[in-house]
Amino acid sequence: MNRNVKRTVLICCGPGCLSNQGMDVYEEFKTKILISGLDVDLRSAVETENACVTDTLHPGIKTDLETMVSPAVKATGCQGLCEMGPLVRIEPDSIFYTKVKVSDVTEIIEKTLMENRVVERLLYKDPVQGRKVRAREEAEFYKSQLKVALRNVGEIDPESLDDYIERDGYRALKIVLSQKTSEDVLSEIEKSGLRGRGGAGFPTGRKWRQCARTGNYPKYVICNGDEGDPGAFMDRSIMEGDPHSVIEGMIIGAYAVGSHEGFMYIRDEYFLAIQNMTKALEQARREGFLGKNILGSGFDFDIQIVRGGGAFVCGESTALMASIEGKVGEPRAKYIRSVEKGLWGKPTVLNNVETWANVPVIINKGADWFCSIGTERSKGTKVFSLVGKVRNTGLIEVPMGVTLRRIIFDIGGGIAGGRKFKAVQTGGPSGGCIPESLLDLKVDFDTLDEAGSMMGSGGMIVMDDRTCMVDVARYYLNFLSEESCGKCVPCREGIRRMLEILNDICEGRGRQGDIELLAELGETVREASLCGLGKTAPNPVLTTIKYFKDEYLAHIEDKTCPAGVCKNLTTYYIDKTLCKSCGLCKKNCPSEAIEEKLEGYFINLLKCIKCGSCMNACRFGAVKILAGIMRKL
Amino acid sequence: MVLHDYTYTNTILKKYPREQRHLLAILQDIQRHYNYLPRKSLDMVRDYLDIPLSKLYSMATFYRALSLKPKGEYVIKVCDGTACHIKSSQSIIDEIRKVLNIDSGETTGDGKFSLETVNCLGSCAASPVMVINDKFYGKVIPSMVGGILSEYGGPEN
Ligand code: SF4
Ligand code: SF4
Ligand code: FES
Repeated sequence: MNRNVKRTVLICCGPGCLSNQGMDVYEEFKTKILISGLDVDLRSAVETENACVTDTLHPGIKTDLETMVSPAVKATGCQGLCEMGPLVRIEPDSIFYTKVKVSDVTEIIEKTLMENRVVERLLYKDPVQGRKVRAREEAEFYKSQLKVALRNVGEIDPESLDDYIERDGYRALKIVLSQKTSEDVLSEIEKSGLRGRGGAGFPTGRKWRQCARTGNYPKYVICNGDEGDPGAFMDRSIMEGDPHSVIEGMIIGAYAVGSHEGFMYIRDEYFLAIQNMTKALEQARREGFLGKNILGSGFDFDIQIVRGGGAFVCGESTALMASIEGKVGEPRAKYIRSVEKGLWGKPTVLNNVETWANVPVIINKGADWFCSIGTERSKGTKVFSLVGKVRNTGLIEVPMGVTLRRIIFDIGGGIAGGRKFKAVQTGGPSGGCIPESLLDLKVDFDTLDEAGSMMGSGGMIVMDDRTCMVDVARYYLNFLSEESCGKCVPCREGIRRMLEILNDICEGRGRQGDIELLAELGETVREASLCGLGKTAPNPVLTTIKYFKDEYLAHIEDKTCPAGVCKNLTTYYIDKTLCKSCGLCKKNCPSEAIEEKLEGYFINLLKCIKCGSCMNACRFGAVKILAGIMRKL
Repeated sequence: MVLHDYTYTNTILKKYPREQRHLLAILQDIQRHYNYLPRKSLDMVRDYLDIPLSKLYSMATFYRALSLKPKGEYVIKVCDGTACHIKSSQSIIDEIRKVLNIDSGETTGDGKFSLETVNCLGSCAASPVMVINDKFYGKVIPSMVGGILSEYGGPEN
């Protein structure tokens, strides 16, 4: 480590870390640094390189060149490794601390900031390498990643426009407005091969051109920040952690298609995203990046925020537009496309957060650079929220074409709790479950489609042997039946009927022929529904039937849930030969169903509510599930 | 029951021009202030924007964020996003149901607790998670539920 350098303490205040007191850690750093007298104006201190500055400012504090530091403390957006939060990183050496508590802060200041030493205890232990790593870049989790859309998320203070500008922010906009025609921008985006990151993967450049072509005015530009997928937080992280990149992308898009008015539709629950975005819009206006006559170019454009009402179907473009118009968010048939008649019947370009965030980079680095990343037909990178039964839960971004195995086992560090991998679900409720045999699939739009799943907006949920695939299918269908707007019959009734069958199967009333019936209904719903919600709704069911038929059969024929999730089909018992009488199961049981007898622990079935806590808690695998036949007794 | 001060609805209305496009935002503001959409406020919105009441009701029942029923003093939100679901959020919901005797979407008779399920709070690393008003609980297991609820004066079980 260098002495006398400008250090930056980056404290992750992304959604995951915030829920673990990330903000408290940040506040503690700020106060402690102020008290310890390290908080000098770092820029002038570094420039003058005069240790006396600190001395005079804080008499009584011992500072000399050896220990002089001038740290900047920043609350950043999500740094990715949510599982280990709160995360603290100290630049320029990229020292990476995990699970930092308020009580650790003083030690970090004294050791790392003042004495250039690391606090061994807080270093991250890489599950793949099995050792502690000092810098973030050494961790397997970060090694295979490539951050394009997330380039600033976790690196900057999202509330600071200066931070954004320091990292090339608004440079692309300046280039576009001073040197490029809208035609130039359109062809650059087309050449880059960028496809919409919201799920369907429609070529962005083509969409823009179609809109640019129509001579109908006004035109609108929309950012979809609704993110209805349960289990996904990518868009949220970008809006919270790097709002300006989305704004800049939208201004460039508006310039290319000739729009002067933009809307950002953000889910109402995303309080911080709305707040950071509002601030960023004000800053951008103040600096002349938004509003009338942007940067003296004569181009006018402004953006308003619209808060979403919490309806999944509003992710559907036509429904989202209805919602912005102040109506019920029902989709309409897309005979006429939104690029011709969208918001208020006017030509509209709608892209999601991640797509917009990619745009400035493409302009800055060029379409050729962007094209060099990814696969033949899917260029660039994709952001995923990697969650579920995986060790390193978090926010990641990888080049298209990386295999699922690499994502789950290298970046994700493998399955949590030493259990066995069963499936990975991609694409949210519109996607499907991919089994172990397909782990070497390359992740891009087309291969996932071929496997019966889809890229979707980027939720990636890892499942282990404690996940019931029939229950997962039921879960998504239940979600979709609640979210179906009800406008068309195949979707409204079809999903409901499929859900009834799945409920029957999970509750032990499954009958022969159910699987075939589900498949048949699924095909109909897929073909006959009006919008994307219905068209893709059967996917989770169809893929689980395709890859996990055994599990359906176990439910229907043996009346057993092999994963121990469906309560009517599960009976737990403790295997005496494996039980070490540690009592952990008893401690975790909410209904005092576990009793200790002379001969060991056992489960009182009359009291057991089948929550599975005991099975999750036992470290010796002694809690087991009775096989079907015995339970029929 | 608290007597509502409906003049606040006026304050909200005044923030917005009389255009339908602001309807959702207005309803959200009302919801945030009163914790539900009081009938009186809906009447005021109808008059202000000149939109039939039926339209307001269809909005109110369509969007999850809006509610026509008053909510309890403590709103318990259990995440049933996919990550939480596969980590047994259902067992948490079952346990709360058992302790409070209400289903998801309901409020206890004394107006103290409401139970809701939500989809992903963005804290999947701490799944399963629940939030009571603004307090966050991560990695919840069923045996913790009784204790958490008793912090808010819930029945000890
Ligand atoms: S946790 Fe496992 S080993 Fe310990 S008492 Fe229970 S069953 Fe036995
Ligand atoms: S399943 Fe739940 S209720 Fe039953 S014994 Fe295990 S911990 Fe107790
Ligand atoms: S699924 Fe519950 S926090 Fe994401």
